Amino acid sequence: MKKLRSSYQAAIFKLRLAQGLTYRTAAAAGVATQFFWGMILIMMFTAFYGSQTSVDGFTKSQLTTYIWLQQAFLVFIALWIRDLELFELIRTGNIAYELCRPINLYSFWYTKLLSSRFASAALRCLPILVFAYFFPKPYGLELPASPTALLLFIVALVLGVMINVAISMFIYISVFITLSPIGSLLIFSVVGEFFSGMVIPIPLMPDTLQKVLMCLPFRYTGDLPFRIYSGNVGITDAVIGICIQIFWLLFLPLLGNFLLNKALKHLVVQGG
Amino acid sequence: MRLYLHYVKMGIKSQMVYKLSFFLLCIGQFFVPFFVFIGMYLLFDRFENLQGWSFTEVALLYGITHMAFALAEAFVRGFDSFPNLVKSGDFDRLLLRPVSTPLQVLGWKFEFTRIGRLLQGVLIFTWALSKIGLHWTLLKVICISGMLIGGIFIFSGLFIIFATVAFWTIEGLEIANIFTDGGRELSQYPLSIYAKSVRRFFTFVVPFAVVNVVPLSYLLEKPGYQSDLYAFMPYIGVFFIVPALFFWQFGVKHYKSTGS
Repeated sequence: MKKLRSSYQAAIFKLRLAQGLTYRTAAAAGVATQFFWGMILIMMFTAFYGSQTSVDGFTKSQLTTYIWLQQAFLVFIALWIRDLELFELIRTGNIAYELCRPINLYSFWYTKLLSSRFASAALRCLPILVFAYFFPKPYGLELPASPTALLLFIVALVLGVMINVAISMFIYISVFITLSPIGSLLIFSVVGEFFSGMVIPIPLMPDTLQKVLMCLPFRYTGDLPFRIYSGNVGITDAVIGICIQIFWLLFLPLLGNFLLNKALKHLVVQGG
Repeated sequence: MRLYLHYVKMGIKSQMVYKLSFFLLCIGQFFVPFFVFIGMYLLFDRFENLQGWSFTEVALLYGITHMAFALAEAFVRGFDSFPNLVKSGDFDRLLLRPVSTPLQVLGWKFEFTRIGRLLQGVLIFTWALSKIGLHWTLLKVICISGMLIGGIFIFSGLFIIFATVAFWTIEGLEIANIFTDGGRELSQYPLSIYAKSVRRFFTFVVPFAVVNVVPLSYLLEKPGYQSDLYAFMPYIGVFFIVPALFFWQFGVKHYKSTGS
């Protein structure tokens, strides 16, 4: 079982990587677009800073680093990235074949979604990080605050993408009931992106809102690792944050698995 | 013109076939930018003002920019998705008809779901107007309408220019979004807050400045912007469409069919 899963994961990863490499110009254009988009966001936010260098402990250079990491790891944190194939499976009834397989559907799909995110990130993140690093001083990407911060950042980032996929699984589960992904995709992407700090960085939000967001899973996908990287979140807080990440990572799949099984019980596949 | 209205009617009919999905997409078009606006509000909450501009002043500009963008996107959508037309070779058919190509591409597709974004822009615009307390004059009405009209023409011009590029590239260019979506994101704030190079670009290359910071300063009677000539400045934006259309004609002449 375990072996099957990891070999499947590796296969998907290779396949997606090969797909990405076939459309090299598209990937390059995507990288360029994200790079310019990062610049636009940085210009907007730094304009608010004006001559101030720090607002409530969130410095200008921490802000630019935050935005660059968001752009580089967009496929890790964006909720709107979806696998249209899975929606089609549910809509057309071909899901019946998936159910015949002797594996748990939740972990099967979860693995599939996770590996495809890793594959697209592998292509996109490095060029953006390198370009951003060599960008002129106030707008460039800074190096990590310390070696420990870098290590914790990597751990939190990987846990973050795992939480994100667990959240996105609820979109697919909801399609069993609604049969159309438009509605739930909309709610998840609009609300989720706002709550994960992709519209404006969470440290710039009002304090009460920040406290509320601490209790939701969304900020643990991107906001936490990016702030660990720049040193805005210290080492002890980072470790606490990672513990909370692990909690969500246990809780969300459990809930998702339960809901999926419930939906499957009531599933009626029509026709052939 | 009669033909165009007919195109519009057909467009509405075809989009209304899937009522629920149309409705949901409208809601999405309302809420996605609205959350950006909430973000803007929160930023002003934290920083109080933006290099001398208040929240209501920027909200006014935000409303106008989004109205202009929504209208341009709804009606010039044909150009936005034009690369598909080249790729499939369907553009050949348009060339055979005795009607001008820009009109046919315009009528080819509409995107009425943008009414969500439009509504969002109208709401924020009216809210900002009621709060800001302008001293109304006829010239200011002319100026505000000009900001909207000029904005529509600049965004439309951008859509046409990037559609034309598809004559050579065949593929749609993802990078075009930097100018259209990126232009919208940047010009929802007064352009004066950005670095000099960005300001220059949006004054002399893509003239967002004439519908943005200049008329806004005139409306708010900021020092140095008293001359009534500024009221007519946004209408310069209309002329941005002229080089765009020339470029289009140039592209059509160099069109080589992909075959089918």
